[in-house]
Amino acid sequence: MSQAWMITDIEKLKETAKEIRIEILKMLTSAGSGHTGGSLSAVDIAVAIYFSKMRFNPDDPFWPDRDRFILSKGHAAPLLYAILAKAGYFSSDILCDLRKMESPLQGHPCCKSIPGVEVSTGSLGQGLSVANGMALGLKLDNNPARVYCIMGDGEIQEGQVWEAAMTASHYGLDNICAVIDRNGLQIDGPVEKVMGIEPLTDKWAAFRWHTQRIDGHDMESILGALAEADKTRGKPSVIIADTVKSKGVSFFEGKVEYHGVTPSNEELEKAIKEINNG
Amino acid sequence: MVDTVKKPKATRDAYGEALLELGRKRKDIVVLDADLSGSTKTNKFAKEFPERFFNMGIAEQDMIGTAAGLALSGKVPFASTFAVFETGRAWDQIRLTVCYSRTNVKLVASHGGITVGEDGASHQALEDIAIMRALPNMSVIVPSDANETVSVINAVADHKGPVYVRLGRAKVPHVMPENHSFILGKAHIFHIGKDATIVACGIMVDAALRAANILKKDGIDAGVINMSTVKPLDEKALLDAAKTSKLIVTAEEHSVIGGLGGAVAEFISENRPIPVKRIGVLDSFGCSGTPEQLLRHHGLTAEHIVETIKKFAGL
Ligand SMILES: Cc1ncc(C[n+]2csc(CCOP(=O)(O)OP(=O)(O)O)c2C)c(N)n1
Ligand SMILES: [Mg+2]
Repeated sequence: MSQAWMITDIEKLKETAKEIRIEILKMLTSAGSGHTGGSLSAVDIAVAIYFSKMRFNPDDPFWPDRDRFILSKGHAAPLLYAILAKAGYFSSDILCDLRKMESPLQGHPCCKSIPGVEVSTGSLGQGLSVANGMALGLKLDNNPARVYCIMGDGEIQEGQVWEAAMTASHYGLDNICAVIDRNGLQIDGPVEKVMGIEPLTDKWAAFRWHTQRIDGHDMESILGALAEADKTRGKPSVIIADTVKSKGVSFFEGKVEYHGVTPSNEELEKAIKEINNG
Repeated sequence: MVDTVKKPKATRDAYGEALLELGRKRKDIVVLDADLSGSTKTNKFAKEFPERFFNMGIAEQDMIGTAAGLALSGKVPFASTFAVFETGRAWDQIRLTVCYSRTNVKLVASHGGITVGEDGASHQALEDIAIMRALPNMSVIVPSDANETVSVINAVADHKGPVYVRLGRAKVPHVMPENHSFILGKAHIFHIGKDATIVACGIMVDAALRAANILKKDGIDAGVINMSTVKPLDEKALLDAAKTSKLIVTAEEHSVIGGLGGAVAEFISENRPIPVKRIGVLDSFGCSGTPEQLLRHHGLTAEHIVETIKKFAGL
């Protein structure tokens, strides 16, 4: 009932990532506000998780055996909405209503207004705790479903993330796979300049997680890392994915100011061309 | 009354400028932010005084504790982020290390209320006044315009003790008289109305003044009090209003539970009971939309104040 997606063809995943990037840019242009950089940097990771790994059923969003996904960095909402529409949770016609009055597509994901969103996010640093709770619940029910959680690299400055990191390993939550979108930037500047978080792999390893560090835009590496996380027993897995903020739009890439600035109509056109040719 | 000559300006912009001026005058002023210095406008101070500015990253709880420590080292810390995260995320830290320890920490938050707009409910602080007001030793201030904000920032820097100042994202018109100077705990009485008095704070002072003007044309005498200090309340101003007016209407960009309306209703019911009507967000979260749409949706408009007064003042 839920296997419709499970794409194993890398080329097809890459094509899907392109489509999602274009949807995100269109939504943001239409909204006139929102978070461009962090939506684009996590596209390849999220596409791989949703369309090659996760089991879910858009016709039954609360299907008990579904794999769970939490977008802890809730400001990347456009990414989640574009994926949920593509997956069939709702019509992509409403994507252009992002952030508008009465739209179910709130500025940050609201689980009470749109199917497919497991829990509301937007205040950073809280998703991993909820992922832990879900993972504990699944284990109590002997349910083999998995829980995915994407966090920002700035986000993990929140103390709660490290409290949750302890919990996950303490309870041996090997049904959790956390991904850190290591795009190197937050709002006030480069993460290492604002409040350094390195050495990242060592930190997570010290918290007794299985760690992998990969190129977060290389589909093959992402799939490999997800498979390894699947196989890891007895401890939770974290994938530190090195990414580029605003990936896919060369004239926004790696620029801190495009964290929360949306494309103009001309920029949108240029960006779509670039993505289609890339 | 309303100065229409000067351009509207956001209170957070006024904060950024006032803080910079303060930093030039006083070496004991230090500033902390949690990765939002461009939005809270502490970036102006940060640029000129990088050695006295501490970006704490996205870690509000740590920011508040560090501010308390700086205060205990004799500094006067201003700690800023969005109102939701400042008050909500770090409430227990504020309670223990700022209020209970009575440290000289100034919490100045931007993005109060629903005029945050498109970011939606997760970013719209509608309970911050209530949860700050409940804390012993805390003073709570909601300035109405840019000029008052400058005056507030200077006053709280001189005041010894914990203060929460709530600022907004959107531009607001100037409402206070040119020569007004803010005193903590003292309301500004524009006028006390025979029929009703509107007790407002923040952006709702402008709406209240416009409502009073509309009512005047209909022969209804409605007064306006800018209760920019929500705690401690200016009790004398409230008693004056309760003696003269038939009705008190409160207006705030906040939940009707526990904010200015709650404070006024508590005081009036215990000391000089007359009818009180609270205008604010009705026990609900906000949502995405433009600030104007949201203000209309929640009835935070001059028109809604007018309707309320007509309906409840027995007119
Ligand atoms: C608790 C909390 N504090 C502050 C913010 C405001 N904020 C939104 S995005 C952001 C920066 C996030 O940086 P990062 O986690 O690196 O995200 P990305 O680079 O992937 O966009 C901040 C500070 C927030 N949403 N939640
Ligand atoms: Mg980042």
